[in-house]
Amino acid sequence: MRHAKKRLIVASLLATSLVAALAGCAPSTAGGSDGQNGELTIWTHNGGNTEELAAVQAIVDGYNSSQDETTVKLQAFPQASYNDSVIAAAASGKLPCIVDIDGPNVPNWAWAKYLTPLDLSVDLDENLPSTLGIWNGETYSVGYYDVALAMFARKSVLEANGIRQATIDQPWTQAEFDDALAKLKADGTWANPLDIGTGDVGEWYPYAFSPLLQSFGGDLIERDEYQSAEGVLNGPEALEWAEWMQSLATDGYIATKSGADSALDFQNNVTAIQYGGSWAAAQNSAALGDDLAVMPSVDLGEGTKIGGGSWQWGVTTGCANPEAAMDYLSYSLSPENIAAVAVATATIPATDAAAALVPGFEEGGDLAIFREFSANSAVLRPETPAYPFIATEFTKATQDIINGGDPQGTLDAAVKAIDANITSNGGYTQK
Amino acid sequence: MTTTIERPPAAPAAAGPARPRRPKRDRTSKTENLAGLAMLTPAVLLLALFIFVPAILAFGLAFTNARLISPYPAVFVGLDNFVRLFADAAFFRALINVGYFAVVVVPLQAGLALVMAILVNKKVRGTTFFRTVYFLPVVTSMVVVSLLWLFMYRQDGLINVIIDRVTMGLVTGPDWLNDTTTSMPAIILMSVWQGVGFHMIIWLSGLQTIPADLYEAADLDGVSPWQRFRYITWPGLSATRSLILVTITIQALSLFTQISVMTQGGPLNSTTTVVYEAVESGFAQQETGYASAISLVFFVIVLLISVVQRFLSREKA
Repeated sequence: MRHAKKRLIVASLLATSLVAALAGCAPSTAGGSDGQNGELTIWTHNGGNTEELAAVQAIVDGYNSSQDETTVKLQAFPQASYNDSVIAAAASGKLPCIVDIDGPNVPNWAWAKYLTPLDLSVDLDENLPSTLGIWNGETYSVGYYDVALAMFARKSVLEANGIRQATIDQPWTQAEFDDALAKLKADGTWANPLDIGTGDVGEWYPYAFSPLLQSFGGDLIERDEYQSAEGVLNGPEALEWAEWMQSLATDGYIATKSGADSALDFQNNVTAIQYGGSWAAAQNSAALGDDLAVMPSVDLGEGTKIGGGSWQWGVTTGCANPEAAMDYLSYSLSPENIAAVAVATATIPATDAAAALVPGFEEGGDLAIFREFSANSAVLRPETPAYPFIATEFTKATQDIINGGDPQGTLDAAVKAIDANITSNGGYTQK
Repeated sequence: MTTTIERPPAAPAAAGPARPRRPKRDRTSKTENLAGLAMLTPAVLLLALFIFVPAILAFGLAFTNARLISPYPAVFVGLDNFVRLFADAAFFRALINVGYFAVVVVPLQAGLALVMAILVNKKVRGTTFFRTVYFLPVVTSMVVVSLLWLFMYRQDGLINVIIDRVTMGLVTGPDWLNDTTTSMPAIILMSVWQGVGFHMIIWLSGLQTIPADLYEAADLDGVSPWQRFRYITWPGLSATRSLILVTITIQALSLFTQISVMTQGGPLNSTTTVVYEAVESGFAQQETGYASAISLVFFVIVLLISVVQRFLSREKA
């Protein structure tokens, strides 16, 4: 009996000291280690996105069989927890050699010294400008594709209601758009004729709604020094934007919380006009055929604007062999590889050479219009490390405005929070 | 009343030390102490590692400009975070929302749980079935429950369809979670439904500690059901009562999961809560220092409320 007790005590002490030792050890093993011994790891947010993951895996397999110095390993994470995983890895010094990054987050990660400037053997001038992540004069990331925003409608519906089909040379003006919405609302077929995806909280809000703000002449932040949003996000132009967004809701043109799948609602004629991403084009086209009208976004004064910048690739500071990582990225940017990913994801290929290989995006193809949208009117989200903060404040403010909050007061509060955040971070300058 | 119930089991234990064989007992108590310590250490260590250390860290971080992502070390900024916090309208809205939630949920959930506990404590056939049914939502994950109710609360969801059918189309239900007047009540209703089973079980365990002979004696005296509840059941539940009061209050004040899944604090801050604000600023906005300040203020508020509750529900000497 006593022996049993002694044994229990010894075992308990052993177990606790083991836990303590483990806890004490964890932080001390920091330091970049990926990339050693000819092995290199890539992290991607594509877990659960089968098509894109398979396309990237095919590039990795192609690279691995093309040479025998480096073996590349691909690890996929679900998108929702991807950023957190990278941040946690950086905090414990365990970053993989290559990560993918949502375009607007590049300056933040570059500022935090997660990323190292790219040094590739391919000419990046060929890429759409919105597929490059540039901050402080250095290129930190490059993407295979971009996405574009567009207005989808049925040609038959537009015609029946006497609405002109917008073109790239002549997009809808604000007056024309409001008039079109009034006609569609009066038609009575649709409770809310326009769907701008208000139910899609997250990066969609800044991606889709800040271009509308920019088309009015406002912006998220002043773009010379990136130090303040004062007068830009709460100036008269921004107020005009906010009041217009609010009127869309109060006039019943949009639902304050749209359905789970905007494209599906549009295809099922629940809504008449969908303001959505180019990735919905293929499905919409399959469902509607020739009746589908793909139109540029509306010109609210300063010309049509759409968001730019999607997922891109960068090399981290935690990589022990950056040359190998750069070599892989250079390989992966061949037109064939870019085209394969663009086909798998129904996105806009980053280069002309790749576009020629993707059905629909070749000169005169029915998807080539998106490449034009992207080249003509893409505005990058502000390239500042403050962006993740600005995005949350803008999302919150836009939601409040759509739900009937006081436009000027809401914008002023957002500006105050953004400016306070920038100040408390010493202006996000690189010391 | 409680003292008379507790006395019998206490008596033999008190009689124990009077026995002889003193030296033997001392040695046993020493090894027992050692064994107790050894068994205590892992729990204390884990608690320290995952509760006390982070809590102390948060207290310190609240006075710095620490960030989730930053190339620079955190700098001491004094009361800066607290000055910002007390000027933040959303934070006060969060406090009001949490207060509203707690004031409605605590009596509602505790009362409903007691009624259900008394019902399932009846010696009739099928009580096990009802106990299981009432307890089912508790073992279901809150995230799953929130997602299901999210669909039920939609403009064209189950609840509005039922309202429409029952009233023959006379009443059209609101867009529950997307309307500033109905969003919080909708969350409250769902939360009570999910949590009530757990407190029913606690009440039930309290009810079953009340000796049956007290009820038998009451029956012989011919008391009414109300008198039986008022003078036997209610006093017999005094210990359970303060446990339930404190646990529901703390649970209600730290409202988070439902908000995060269903409304994200909206519309117009009508459902934002203190914990939700802390998580948002700590992770989405990356402001660790500011989030720590929110947590610190929240900690003080919960502590104060718990102390007041303990004081009010203390055993009167």
